[in-house]
This record gives sequence, structure tokens and C-alpha cells, in this order.
Amino acid sequence: MKNKLFEKYFVFSPYFWLVLFFFIPLAIIFKISISVSEWGMPPYQDIFLFDNGFKINTTFENYVYIFSDYYYIGSFVNSLILALISTFFCLLIGFPLAFYIATSNIRLRNILLVLVVIPFWSSFLLRVYAWKIILQNNGILNVILLNLGITSEPLQLLYNQYAVIIGIVYTYLPLMILPLYGYLNKFDLNLIEASKDLGLNRFKTFFKVILPLSVPGIVAGSLLVFIPVVGEFIIPEMLGGSDRLYYGKILWEEFFVNRNWPGASALAFSGIIILVLPIVIFQILYSRWSEKNEI
Amino acid sequence: MKSSLIKSTVIFLGLFFLYFPILVLIFYSFNENKRVMVWKGFSLSWYKELFNNEQIIEAFIISIKIAALSATFATILGVMIGYSLVRIRKIPFKSFYIFLSSTPLVLPELILGLSMLLFFISLNNIIGFPSSRGQLTIFISHVTFCIAFVAIIIQARLTDFNKNIEEAAMDLGYNYTKVLYKITLPIILPSIIAGWLLAFTISLDDLVVASFTTGPGANTLPIVVFSKVRLGLSPEVNALSAILMLALIIIGLFYFYFNKKFKH
Repeated sequence: MKNKLFEKYFVFSPYFWLVLFFFIPLAIIFKISISVSEWGMPPYQDIFLFDNGFKINTTFENYVYIFSDYYYIGSFVNSLILALISTFFCLLIGFPLAFYIATSNIRLRNILLVLVVIPFWSSFLLRVYAWKIILQNNGILNVILLNLGITSEPLQLLYNQYAVIIGIVYTYLPLMILPLYGYLNKFDLNLIEASKDLGLNRFKTFFKVILPLSVPGIVAGSLLVFIPVVGEFIIPEMLGGSDRLYYGKILWEEFFVNRNWPGASALAFSGIIILVLPIVIFQILYSRWSEKNEI
Repeated sequence: MKSSLIKSTVIFLGLFFLYFPILVLIFYSFNENKRVMVWKGFSLSWYKELFNNEQIIEAFIISIKIAALSATFATILGVMIGYSLVRIRKIPFKSFYIFLSSTPLVLPELILGLSMLLFFISLNNIIGFPSSRGQLTIFISHVTFCIAFVAIIIQARLTDFNKNIEEAAMDLGYNYTKVLYKITLPIILPSIIAGWLLAFTISLDDLVVASFTTGPGANTLPIVVFSKVRLGLSPEVNALSAILMLALIIIGLFYFYFNKKFKH
């Protein structure tokens, strides 16, 4: 009998916290996103009105407003493209690294793995700031380029979308390498030898053996990079210029500058539905499925 | 021979890419010149300035306080979730439970921050609390943000270890509570410490969620740093980065030490 009480305590303490401080806040975003905008404080009307009897006062206008204005759609598309390009480069750099780490001998492997992940532990904001120093007009990269004679005057490397991509690839790279390594580490390296013995050349071995086996790692790593990058605010703010607007910036300004709470909420909730929900549903289905298969 | 050369080159270039910016930051923190980018000579003056900067010191203390508290709460709740998911069969609305405990991992911080802020404002409108936002609201948001990270570490550890040890102890007459405190918790203690360290670092490093939920008297270190470097460079921040980077890297090494899962 005591066990039951104990289990309840374990299950329901975090349950309570997360419903109160996570689920209800998400529900409030939804509530405000379907409220009617108003000039005032708070800048929206209640969704239940009791003046002349009971009336539900909701609207989908905020969503219509967002989805019909190119300013919002365009920024969201910019963010998706940015996330796609950054994920691609993370994969391009991360895959060979993860592969070579996984094929090193055990002692070296652990050291390399720690070395790769350690920068991830140092401050995110400061790692972005470091690129601001490097890419300055009189920064170290320009000094090198000038001395090598590649360019005759300093290049404007900062405050454009390329600087944003560099910053993102740099800060998110460990998130790509870890899951890739996790899967590459699992499979039997003799398979590579075997395919070579069977006469497959290096390219064929890569495309027919290594790549198919690492697909789960590629998917996991790509998702870990792609989703947060779509909502990224700090990196475009610090390294980007005014050439491109992104989802994060628009959401921030809609709330803090335009004071359009329903609009900002609609933006946020759309983000949840489009980006987060598919992944979470997939994950729940997957964990239930693997649970069943174990039993 | 040729392939091992390629391998070493790839690894070298990868590590160079990862560490070069950090080294540049540390290097320039010793620059005497007020203009960050022009090297004038070795000096510790910016470190002196840093330790005399009350705004930064105060923000640092606030950040450490919030991080330690929220890491502790997040660890307690995260351990409970990890334990429940692996060891307890009957969880009502289990899919919902998994949804709650894993979504913060993938939710963009901006959305979490906005939802917390709107929640606190609505709560204040209904019950008059919290009347203003500050350290308490940042603390609550950080706990929510960090729980999932702790839970996932504990879950992985518990899935790994042999249930038979617990069952043997039960057979020997230990009751449920005693097994938990005498067997399970001591075995997963290193993972609990690793989870705490991770939560501590996430809270210490967070800018976005804190920016939304902050209020008067609760400027955390990232908020202050961001306000200094958003539009330009700051030599004091260079000095701060060098110290902070080293401190965080040491915490990271401890994390690896405790989270044995890494060592195969």
C-alpha cells in the first residue's frame, strides 16, 4: 500500500509542475492568439464576455493577418532556408568528424569526443561574440586576408546572412556530431572492411554501406539543429544585418515593439504547430512502439 | 597511409574550427588597447576593470543564485520523471506525460519565454501574483526549461542498469522506499550530479527565456553581457569571457566524469 503512495508522489510532483508551468502557459498563448486585439493594457479583449449574457469572443483574424502578410510569411521562409543551409553545413562538417572519431581507437576516441563537446559547454552568447571579433572589419580574418594579398581592402564580413550561417554552424555543430557519433559508434567497423574485400571502392562503400547505416543519426542530428535554428534570435541579432528578417526577430518585435500580443501569440503558436508538434508526436509514437517491442 | 593522413587532417581542422574562436577571445582579453581589435601589448587591465564593474559582479551573483536554485529543483523533478518513465508502469495519460517532459527539449526558447511571460501576466491579473517579474519568475521558467534535460539523462541511466539488483534487495526484505534510497539512488548518483551540472549551465547561459521573464532587480549575467555587445565590442566582456569559458569548461569536464555513459 505504501508503495502506491510513493509512486503517486513520484509521478505527480513533476506532473503538477509541468501542467502548471508548461502546459497552461502554452494554452495561454493559444488563448491570446484567438483573442480580439484592442488598444489598451492588456492589448486584447477577454474571450468570454458576460455583459449581456454569455458570449464567446474569439477570432482567427490574427492568424489570417499573419498568413496573408508577406512580411511574416517571408520571414518564416527565410528562417526555414537559414535552418536548411545551416543543417546542411553542420552535416557536411560534422559527418566526417563523427566518422573519424568513431573509427579511432578507444582511448583516443573518448578524448576526441570530450574535446568536440567541451566548447558546447562554454557560454553560447560568448561563442557568438567571438565571431563578432573575428569577422570585424579590422578583425583577425581580414588581417590574414590582407596580408596574404587575397584582398586589398578589408571585406565587410559581418552583419550579413553569411556571418549568421557561420555563427549558427559553429554553435550548433556539437549537436550534430553527438547523435551521429552515437549511431556510427554502434555499427560494426568490419562491415567497411568486408565491403572493401568484396571489391567495392571507397565511394561505393560510403554510399552503399556507411551512409545507409547512419541515417537515424543523420535524422536525429539534423532535427536537433534544424528546429532550434528556425527560432534562433540571438545569432541573427548579433551577427546579422538588415538584409534579411527572421522568424525569431519578427516574433520578438511583434511583442516588444509593436505590442501586438495576439499577433505574437499567433506567430508562436503557428511555430509550435508547424515545427514542434510533428516531432513530439513522432517521438511519443516511437517510444510507445519501442516499449511494446521490448515486452 | 593515405587514409590516415586524411583522417588526421579532418580531425585537426574540425578541432581548429571549434577552438579557434575561443582562443581568439581569450587572446584579446589581454590586450592593453581600449579598441578591442588593435593589439597594443599584454595587460591585465581589463580584468581589473571587470572586477571593479559592480553591474557585472551583481549580475554574476544573481545568475549563480538562480542557476543553483533552479538546477536543484529541476534535478529533483527530473529524477522523478526519469524514474517514473522507466520504473513505474501505471502513469495516467502517459503520452501526455511524455509530451510534457520532452517538448521543452525541442521548443524554441523564444516561444517558451513568451508563453511564460504571458502566463505570469495572466496569473497576476487573476490572483494578483506575481505582482512584478524578477528572480522568482526567472527561477520558475528555468526549472521548467531544465527538467527535461535532467529527465533524459536519468532515464538513459535507469534503462541501462540491471533491475535484478533492485529485485534482489526486495527479496532480501528491503521495502520499496529502502530500495530506492539505499540501492537505486546511490547507483544513479553520478548521473544525478551530471544532470544538476547540465541544468546549472543551461540556466547560467540562458538569455532568451530570462529576457522575457526578467523584471526590476533581476538582470542576469547574459542579459547584461548582451546589452554590452549587441551593437559593438567590449573589452571588459572579453576578460569576462576568458574567465567564464574556463569555468564552464571545467564544469563540463566534471559532467563527463560523472556521466559515465560517455565512456564506453
